[in-house]
Amino acid sequence: MSKKIKIAATAVAAACLLCMVPFSGCSETEDTVTLRVANWEEYIDLGGWDEDEVIDLDGEEIFGENSVVDDFAEWFNSQDYGFKVKVEYSTFGTNEDLYNQLNLGDVYDLVCPSEYMIMKLMKEGKLLKYSDEFKKESVEGNYYTQGVSDYIIESISDIGDYDLTEYAACYMWGTTGLVYNHDEVNEDDVSTWSILTNTDYEKAVTVKDNVRDAYFAALSIHYAEELDAINADSSMTEDEKTEARSQLLNATDDETIAAAEDILKDIKENVYSFETDSGKSDMVTGKVLANFQWSGDAVYIMDEADAAAEESEDGTELWFSVPDESTNLWFDGWVMLKDGIDGNANRQTAAEAFVNFISRPDIAVRNMYYIGYTSSIADEMVFDYFDWCYGVVTDKSDEDYYEFENIYVYDVSYFFGDDSYIYIDMDTISVDGAAVTYAYSNDEYVSGYTVYEGGTISSGRQVFAQYPTTEVIERSVIMQDFGDDLAAINQMWINVRCLDITDISVTIVVVVAIVIAAIVAAICLYRFRYKLFYKKRRKTA
Amino acid sequence: MTKIRFNRKQLCIPYAAFLILFVIAPLLVIIYYAFTDGTGQFTFSNLTGFFSNTNTLGTLVYSFAIAIVTTLVCLVIAYPVSYILAKSKIKKKYVLLMLFIMPMWINFTLRITALKEILTAIEGNISMYPFLNTVIGMTYDFLPFMILPLYNSLSKLDNSLSEAAADLGANGFTVFMRVTLPLSVPGIISGVTMVLLPSMTNYVVLDMLYNSTYIMGSLIGSYFSAYDWNNGSMISLILLVIIFIVTLVTNRFSDDDSARRTAL
Repeated sequence: MSKKIKIAATAVAAACLLCMVPFSGCSETEDTVTLRVANWEEYIDLGGWDEDEVIDLDGEEIFGENSVVDDFAEWFNSQDYGFKVKVEYSTFGTNEDLYNQLNLGDVYDLVCPSEYMIMKLMKEGKLLKYSDEFKKESVEGNYYTQGVSDYIIESISDIGDYDLTEYAACYMWGTTGLVYNHDEVNEDDVSTWSILTNTDYEKAVTVKDNVRDAYFAALSIHYAEELDAINADSSMTEDEKTEARSQLLNATDDETIAAAEDILKDIKENVYSFETDSGKSDMVTGKVLANFQWSGDAVYIMDEADAAAEESEDGTELWFSVPDESTNLWFDGWVMLKDGIDGNANRQTAAEAFVNFISRPDIAVRNMYYIGYTSSIADEMVFDYFDWCYGVVTDKSDEDYYEFENIYVYDVSYFFGDDSYIYIDMDTISVDGAAVTYAYSNDEYVSGYTVYEGGTISSGRQVFAQYPTTEVIERSVIMQDFGDDLAAINQMWINVRCLDITDISVTIVVVVAIVIAAIVAAICLYRFRYKLFYKKRRKTA
Repeated sequence: MTKIRFNRKQLCIPYAAFLILFVIAPLLVIIYYAFTDGTGQFTFSNLTGFFSNTNTLGTLVYSFAIAIVTTLVCLVIAYPVSYILAKSKIKKKYVLLMLFIMPMWINFTLRITALKEILTAIEGNISMYPFLNTVIGMTYDFLPFMILPLYNSLSKLDNSLSEAAADLGANGFTVFMRVTLPLSVPGIISGVTMVLLPSMTNYVVLDMLYNSTYIMGSLIGSYFSAYDWNNGSMISLILLVIIFIVTLVTNRFSDDDSARRTAL
C-alpha cells in the first residue's frame, strides 16, 4: 500500500515538474519587454511579396518584404525608447475562441476582437484605457489618432450605451453582404437577404457558420417589411431611421428568437452549407452562386476569381451586393488587457507603439493590400491606394486610357473628408435610378467620356465592397452584444443545427424498425440453427 | 556508488504520471463541470436537460445512425478484402495491404478535401446528399481501422482447421460460416469498436462535407465555444458512458462466443 502511495506521489511530483518547465522559459529581463499580441488569422501582412507586387503611389513605393510584426520589432528597437521589445504574435479563429482563451488564463497584452466582444470585455472591466499621450494629435508618431477617420470615431463612440473610443483603436471595418456570380444570379434576388430562403437558389448559396451573422440574416428576413418601410419613410430623419433599424435588428426577446429559429431552420434546408472558410474557394470555383460574406473577404474572393478568370479566360465575374433591408456594420479594434499590461508602463508604451505602427499609412496600405479588408485610417496615402486600385487611368499617355467609355464619380467623402472621390469604370458598378449624366468638360484628363454620378449603387465589384457608399452606410446597423440573452440565442442556434427527434419522418422510423427486426430475426436463426439442424437429421434418419 | 536499478513498478512512473495528468485529472474536471451550473452549485439539470430536449436526443439518434451505417459499410467492404488478402498466396500481399493502409499516412483533412472534389464530380451538388456523403467520408477515413484487425485475426487463423472441416464434408460456405467466421469474431469486434466510437464524434468530416446537422462531437464543440462548459461536459460524460457500455457489451459478446466454442 505504502509503495503505491509512493509511486502516486512521485507521479504527481513528476507531473508538477512537467507543468513548471514551460513557464521557466519566459523570464523577462528589465530592458526587454515581451509584447503578447493576439490577432485574427490572416489579418496582417506577413510579407514575402513578389517583386512585381510593388505598389507605386506617385513615387512612393510600398512593398511588404518582411512581416509587419517583424518590421515593428525592428523599428521599435531602433528607436530611443530606453528598452527593447519582443513580440509574441498569436492568432485566434473567432471572438468566442479569444474570449475562452482569456478566461482559461491565457495572458495577452493587445488583442483585436470585434466591437461586440470589445463591449463585453469593457463591461467585465478587463480593458485598459489608452493613455492621454496616445490621443494627442500633436505628438509626432501618433499615427492612429492623426490618421483615423472621423467617421470611425463617430461610429464607435456611440454603440448602444457604449463609447469604445477610450478603450479601442479601430483596425479594420466593413459591412456584410452577398458575393454573387454576376452571370447566373438575378440582381433583384441578391438585393435581399431572403435569397437565403429562396428555393430558386436551393443548395446554391452559403451562409456563415456563426450565430451572430446567421441571426442577423434571419432577423433581416423576419423584419424585411418593417425595414423596407423605414427605408421608404420620408418623414423620419436619418438618425431616427438608424435608431429604428437598430431596435429591430438588435431585438433579443423570446418571440424574435423563436421567429429567427424558424427562419434559420428554413435557411439550413435551403443553403449549400454553413461555412467558416470554405465559402471563399467554393465561390471562386463556381460550386455556389452566392455567398454571405464580410466585405473584406468579398474583396479577396473577387480578386481571386479575377486571377482565376485571367488564367482560364472563361471565368465568371463575381460581384458584391449589400441587400436593401440592412447590413451589419462591424469594427475590429485593438484593445489592451489589464491582466496582460499589469501596470507595466513600458509594456503599455510598447502596445501603444504597436497600434501606432500598424496605423502608419504605408503599413495600413500593406495590410489592406494583403488581407483585402478596409483600414480605419483615412490618410491621403490610403486614399491614393484606393485610387490606385480601382480608379480609371486618367493619364492620356497610358494606352489603357482608351479602354473606358463611361466613368462614374465614386464618392467616399464620408470617410476621407470632403471632396474625396475617385473616377471608376462604370462597368464595375450597377446604379439604380437615374444617375446624373453629363459630359465632363472642365477636367482635361477625363474629357471625351460620359461621366456619371449620384444614383443609388445596389451592387458592384471590389470598389463597392472596399468602401461602401454613403447610402449603404446610412442603412447599416451595428449589432450589439447580446448581453444576458446570449444563452437563449446560443441555445436557439444549437436547436437549429441539431436534428429534432420529433422531425424524424414516420417512414424512416418504420424502415429502420423493419431492418432492426430483420437483423434480430437473423441472429435468432443463427443462434438456434443447431436445433433446426438436429431436427432435420432425425427426420432423415 | 550504487548501481541505479529500476524495478518494474518504478518503470511505470512515466505512464502513471501521464495517466494522472492527461486522463484522470481532465476526467475529474469534466465530472465537476457536468454536475455543476454556471455558479458552481451542484445540479442534475444538465443531465435531465439532455434527456428532455428533443434536439439533443435527436442528435444522439443521428450520431448513432451515422456511426452504425458507417461501421456496417466498413465491415462489408473490409471483411472480403482482409479475407482475400489473408488467404491468398500472392507473394507480395504485404504490398497490397500497404496500399490499403497507405491513405492513413496522409493527413485526413487533405484526404477529405480530395474526396469532396471527387464527390462533386460524381454527384454534382454535394450538399444534396449530406447523410450519404458523411457515411462515405467516414468510411474512407476509418476503413484502415477495420481492415487491420480483421486481417490480423484472419491471417493468424490456423489453416488446418478449415482443411479438417472440408475433409469432413463441409462445403466452402459451411466452412466459412462455422469455422472461419466464428474464429474471426475478435477481429470483427475490435474493428467495430475502432470505427463505431470515433465516427460518433468525428464532426470535422461533417463540416468539410457540408452536412449542417450536428452530431455529438459538434454539439460538445458548440457548447464549449459558447462558454457553456457545464452542458458540454455533461454531453462528453454521456458519450463516455455510452462508449463504456458499448465496450462492455462487445467484450461480453466475444466472451460468450469463446465460451460456447469451448463448450462445443
